[in-house]
Amino acid sequence: MSPGSELLHLSGLRKSFPAPDGGRRLIIDVPDFTLAMGEHIALRGESGSGKTTFLNLISGILAPDSGSIRIGGADMAALGEHRRDLLRGSSIGYIFQTFNLLQGYSCLENVMLGMTFGVRGDRSQALALLGRVGLSHRLNHVPRQLSSGQQQRVAVARALAKRPKLVLADEPTGNLDRKNAREALELVRETCLETGAALLLVSHDPDVLGTFQNVRDFAGLNVALKEASS
Amino acid sequence: MTIALIVRRSLRQHALSTTITALSIALAGGLLMSVWVVKEQSQRTFTQVNTGFDAVLGARGSKLQLVLNAIFHLEASPGNLPASDYEYIRRHPAVKLAIPIAVGDNLRGYRIVGTIPEFFTDVEYAPGRHFSLSSGRAFDPSAKEAVIGSFAARRLGMAVGDTFHPFHGLIYDERNQHAETYRVAGVMAPSNTPADKVVWIPIHGLQTMSGHDPRAATDVSAVLVQLRSPSAGFMLDIMYNKQGNRLTFAYPIGAIMAELFQKISWFDKVLTMVAYLVAVVSAAGVLVAIYNSMASRRRDIAILRALGAGRLFLFGAIVLEATAIGAIGMAVAFVAYAGIVSAVAVVIQAQTGVLLETFAYSPVMLWAPLGMIALCSVCGLLPAWKAYRTDVAENLSPIS
Repeated sequence: MSPGSELLHLSGLRKSFPAPDGGRRLIIDVPDFTLAMGEHIALRGESGSGKTTFLNLISGILAPDSGSIRIGGADMAALGEHRRDLLRGSSIGYIFQTFNLLQGYSCLENVMLGMTFGVRGDRSQALALLGRVGLSHRLNHVPRQLSSGQQQRVAVARALAKRPKLVLADEPTGNLDRKNAREALELVRETCLETGAALLLVSHDPDVLGTFQNVRDFAGLNVALKEASS
Repeated sequence: MTIALIVRRSLRQHALSTTITALSIALAGGLLMSVWVVKEQSQRTFTQVNTGFDAVLGARGSKLQLVLNAIFHLEASPGNLPASDYEYIRRHPAVKLAIPIAVGDNLRGYRIVGTIPEFFTDVEYAPGRHFSLSSGRAFDPSAKEAVIGSFAARRLGMAVGDTFHPFHGLIYDERNQHAETYRVAGVMAPSNTPADKVVWIPIHGLQTMSGHDPRAATDVSAVLVQLRSPSAGFMLDIMYNKQGNRLTFAYPIGAIMAELFQKISWFDKVLTMVAYLVAVVSAAGVLVAIYNSMASRRRDIAILRALGAGRLFLFGAIVLEATAIGAIGMAVAFVAYAGIVSAVAVVIQAQTGVLLETFAYSPVMLWAPLGMIALCSVCGLLPAWKAYRTDVAENLSPIS
């Protein structure tokens, strides 16, 4: 895919969850959203606004009630769970707010596992990325032996190691101090620039959002939020 | 191999439950193999051990009792038979060799059996094998001398040149000591037959021991018989057992012992059932161990799913983990097996003199591990199903 060509196109995306009153509560209603190859977009949204649900829908972790999620030609929403796993493994790098590192595995193994399910695991690439994030001397350390900043760097390396077309970042600096947050963010953006990957970041942190040229309000995107507030 | 890495790490993360579960599998597998091999080896060995004889002639009574008493040196003698009966069968044209024995005394619990020197020279106790002495020589039939079986010599701590007083009866009672003093002339080399746990003395010495009934001074307890042909056995069987009513001719020895195992087969079945039950309970332990740890695994499962691992992949990883626990357990089971059968073999040798070949190959050593591992795999299905159904989004907290 060439830079600037459409990578992600959401259309009529809706997702609801059971409500305490027995009915269903609509959380996501995105009529239309596109993201091009190499494009970086930050979504501004408050906690509990459905940002994680939105990213989980795009990554295929959740299935929508209706709508389509086209990623490089494949409609994630129309795929079965197994195919969604495969597509996520091959095309999407996901950075979580809480890092979600596997505690029983070393840094190197965490990064290698990030590559295993999409592309063939490439140890040299994993080593290079861990070197890039300054963790060459911590390859065999397990997450609990690392600081929060180091853990997030491992998580970033894991998400980027397979050179995904699309990087999703869910409050990637939410658990970091200012310095580590800046470093982690720079790393994500630089790597995305290098690989030509599209980046979709969600955050409520003004410092983070201030570093993006293209910042959009999640409330403007998600009709369900407008309806809830009106 | 990613799946191998995931299984290895999971086993390490749950090291305590893995170890305990694998040990219970090891004990169950070891028990199952032990029960099976001891049963198999006992039947095979005891129906084949005849110490080189085809039949036993004794007083009228149970054939089994006669065989147990004369061949295995267990049980009480069913009674004596006159010397004339021994002479008759010794001279019978169908009989190749007849060795008389007399019982009734012991040396600190080990039976003293009177016999003739030909027992040590003419008897082929197994094809191509004759009794031999590891030290000393055979007893002089006219002297108060003894030859001690290897196992009895070891347990009694006796060697050539030592002396002893026999004790009356088959059960040791220190008050029943005979006045005679016997000297150890030789110690037998191990034969792994019941002869190893016997103290052998000249038959005349036992017949005329002080305190024994002088009227029975020429009687023998039984005659061990080697036949010239199998048909001779059936002929003598008819002669003694069908036509006569005074003596019992126990033939063939293997078939009589097989009857014993048939009689106690219910015990085998119970033991085997218990071993199977223990195996099933242990395998269920794998299910419980993994199932109980599912709560702590959910997050890892969700992360792996988020990384692109398929549900079937993780289902397979859990089943493989259960299989690995089974395999580790069954590898250790061979150690448990070695311990259990060694202990059982010592007990059986102490009781019968027969050494079981407990480390010889048996098919159970193949099907028990395979069966146990397969059972563990099956037990992994339920937790694997739970892993399969793990909700990814729900376990990837927090949500913003």
